[in-house]
Amino acid sequence: MRIAVLIKQVPESSSVRIDPETGTMVRSGVEAVVNPLDLYAIEVALMIRERNGGEIVALSMGPPAAESALREAVSMGIDAAVLAADRRFAGSDTWCTGYVLAAALRKLGPFDLILCGERATDGDTGQVGPGVAAFLDLPVATYVSNVPDFGPGLCRVDRLTEDGYEHLEVQLPAVLTVVKEAASPRLPTLRGKQRARNAEIAILRAEDLDVDLDRIGLKGSPTRVVRTFQPKVTRQCRRLPARDDAEIELAADQVIEFLRQRNLL
Amino acid sequence: MPGTEKTTIGETAFQGVWVLGEQRDGRVLRITHELIARGRTLADKCNARLTAVLVGRDFERAALDDLIARGADAVLAVKAPELAHFRVEPVATCLVHLIEMRRPAIVLAGATSTGRTLAPYIAARTEAGLTADCTELDIEAESGGLIQIRPAIGGNIMASIRTPDHRPQMATVRPRSTRPAKPVPGRTGRIETLKPPRQWLHSRTRRTGFTPSPDEHGLHEAEVVVVAGRGIGKAENLDTVRALADSLDAALGASREVVDRGWHSYPHQVGLSGKTITPRLYVGVGVSGAIQHLAGMQTSEHVIAINNDPDAPIFQVADIGIVGDLFDVLPVLTRKLQQARHRARAALSVKAREP
Ligand SMILES: Cc1cc2nc3c(=O)[nH]c(=O)nc-3n(C[C@H](O)[C@H](O)[C@H](O)COP(=O)(O)OP(=O)(O)OC[C@H]3O[C@@H](n4cnc5c(N)ncnc54)[C@H](O)[C@@H]3O)c2cc1C
Ligand SMILES: Nc1ncnc2c1ncn2[C@@H]1O[C@H](COP(=O)(O)O)[C@@H](O)[C@H]1O
Repeated sequence: MRIAVLIKQVPESSSVRIDPETGTMVRSGVEAVVNPLDLYAIEVALMIRERNGGEIVALSMGPPAAESALREAVSMGIDAAVLAADRRFAGSDTWCTGYVLAAALRKLGPFDLILCGERATDGDTGQVGPGVAAFLDLPVATYVSNVPDFGPGLCRVDRLTEDGYEHLEVQLPAVLTVVKEAASPRLPTLRGKQRARNAEIAILRAEDLDVDLDRIGLKGSPTRVVRTFQPKVTRQCRRLPARDDAEIELAADQVIEFLRQRNLL
Repeated sequence: MPGTEKTTIGETAFQGVWVLGEQRDGRVLRITHELIARGRTLADKCNARLTAVLVGRDFERAALDDLIARGADAVLAVKAPELAHFRVEPVATCLVHLIEMRRPAIVLAGATSTGRTLAPYIAARTEAGLTADCTELDIEAESGGLIQIRPAIGGNIMASIRTPDHRPQMATVRPRSTRPAKPVPGRTGRIETLKPPRQWLHSRTRRTGFTPSPDEHGLHEAEVVVVAGRGIGKAENLDTVRALADSLDAALGASREVVDRGWHSYPHQVGLSGKTITPRLYVGVGVSGAIQHLAGMQTSEHVIAINNDPDAPIFQVADIGIVGDLFDVLPVLTRKLQQARHRARAALSVKAREP
């Protein structure tokens, strides 16, 4: 059994600051972490390995600094880590990211299972997992909340949709993107941290992969961010004190008036 | 790998706007009507035809006529028993073939569990540019290209995105970010049904069952969402918040603190690691407004917060902030809301009885 987990390094969400002048993200001094939603994918991989045995490879595409995210994965118990790092990958949108990751998976494979987070907390698209599946011509189940049964050749999953849980049988190899409900990530052990420190992180560059150089990086990306700006904040909080019965009555009346004016009652 | 030659865009070769509708048991879902509203505006701006595409087992003629009435110029209904429920492979295969044959310039899907799975699968295959979870769409005057606007980094910034050299231009559109198109009687259009060939319907996924969420109001569908935060103190107090939600006919959501304590279940979690919601009204009760929570609710149309800490960050994104103890405020507010609704309903029925 071989499992790949795709992890992305992202800025830590509560330390993100926006330059009010330019409306862009202030990147300097921001701590980088493993995409928190990828920790659930790592944990699902570890649980499957505990039941079925095998090997787990963590794969990330990113700058050399993303190595630390992969080390964190190793400290949780991942067996091997690979970083696709090349200047020419920089600026990739989700199409190119999926394209490069798929090429890397083909090179490192075969895998029985590829696990992704639901979405990365910086780009917030959730497009890479299904994209990788399409590039590799694999089935994909998204928003997986539970993997009650795994292998051989088949896995059963629950998929969280807007109005309930779908129960699916998916042929392996397959791609799954998992939601938080799927697992509670374990903390790294002391031994894991030691292993992580010495772990060798293999680097893949563009020429190591079967990719078309015109289809990667900023140049190859179908989409372009042309402008970022601050959302219009038109909300000016009207504060209603509610410290005693009279104030509470008044506040409640004002809420009702607010709702009535906006046709919300 | 599909298409080893890079597709260049002959400007005239790709035209028209497609919206990928959604159905459940043959019933067309509201997101389809929202997409038609979006698609109509775009099609008018670039003088193009709007096609609504539906994929499923079967549709009643009236449901398809209704899409024309709501603004589609054409309806393309793809029907097969294998397409009854959404499974990405057969649905994507059908759509990839249709997109390659008919070459729409713009393809919109809902930013739903279906659309957010389907669209990236199709985009990878067709080398389309795809932007996730857009809240605004427009046509650039000079180029006629699609401008896609979406919140990024938890709603802290807005990004404006274009797809200069690839067609189609694809986007998923945040549910409830626009009103559904209303039917206009007398509109006419072409309805086409298509039975896909067997080889398009292959799937390595089987749907063996479905467990509906126990509550009647899903967070996604709700116009009004009341969210309970850790301020409620213990599980039993969720009922107090539920009473408020009922008085507003609202869905009951929760912060992560509440879900992690097991007071409410995960499908109700709002925020970064839960759901992103855009209701017409969000009411936060004992929610502090941590950045990860705001990421999931900042784009709500109206926000009311109840919190006893005057410095709670939730007030920074609220229209109305009630600064007080939720246990004192809720009973009064709930009672008054019930009364107000009662009166409104009584007034309505009087009106209805008038000749
Ligand atoms: C990677 C990551 C992902 C996360 N994802 C999410 C997510 O998806 N959703 C989410 O919600 N959080 C998420 N969080 C957690 C988030 O940072 C906060 O911890 C959480 O939102 C706080 O929940 P809360 O507001 O209910 O609790 P608290 O922050 O504890 O706030 C409780 C509030 O209740 C008020 N209060 C207390 N008693 C009363 C009373 N009697 N009357 C009125 N007010 C009262 C307090 O003043 C306080 O403001 C995430 C965190 C991380 C690191
Ligand atoms: N650069 C990357 N390297 C590795 N995995 C990634 C990368 N970008 C995205 N992913 C994976 O795809 C998921 C969805 O990311 P996104 O589509 O960017 O929101 C993440 O949770 C990761 O599992």
